[in-house]
Amino acid sequence: MPFGQGRGGPGGSRGRDKKTADKGQGQRRTLFRRRKVCKFCADKIDDINYKDVKLLGPFVPERGKILPRRISGTCAMHQRKLQTAIKRARQIALIPYVTD
Amino acid sequence: MAVRQYELVYILPPDTTEQQVADLQTQVETIVSRMNGQIEKTDNWGRKRLAYEIGHHKEGVYALQVINGSGDLMKELDRRLKVMDLVIRHMIVRVDEEKKVVERTQTRRRTESERRRVRRGLPPQRQPGEGRTVELDESDDDRFEGVEV
Repeated sequence: MPFGQGRGGPGGSRGRDKKTADKGQGQRRTLFRRRKVCKFCADKIDDINYKDVKLLGPFVPERGKILPRRISGTCAMHQRKLQTAIKRARQIALIPYVTD
Repeated sequence: MAVRQYELVYILPPDTTEQQVADLQTQVETIVSRMNGQIEKTDNWGRKRLAYEIGHHKEGVYALQVINGSGDLMKELDRRLKVMDLVIRHMIVRVDEEKKVVERTQTRRRTESERRRVRRGLPPQRQPGEGRTVELDESDDDRFEGVEV
């Protein structure tokens, strides 16, 4: 008869509970998204021009709002440049202000 | 007076003839030359769909002009364009400073990469067929898919 079997029961079960809890959290964490990288830093795009609608397009979703940094992953400097470029493009009707 | 570079974009109604566009551009040119400026580039984009209606127009004729001149010149030009009925929308943007910054970062990047390559005992320029070939990653474009803002 192995030692401490009586004690091992509840102790073991407690351990298992903890383990499953850990596993659950781990699974949630394994659903992680791809690390977001600033598109302009990665592609080495220096000039964010208001005339380049193709470049700005992905940052203006259907509604016409500017895509926030927390979703696009753009770095602060490039988001600032992107912002002015999009606002200029809106002025000359290359990009809509709103679409509904 | 300091010479600066500006970009002038204007939109004309879709039914404007080429003659009218040319007339307007000569008008702009006379103002520019009178105030000691010069036009560096004229670029007619032609008819484009507008992203939203401007005065019941759904399309417009776009034109871009790059102008070197003083701030007073652009002020005058802005005033004139506001008055003109033919121009349905215009915008003036100062570009010289941004251009300088872009050039500086590009040269810095180039010299930096050359310096590193020389340190590694490689020729300063990238040779053809060197390094990984760039793969076109289609998944990059739909990374915002299903995003709620």
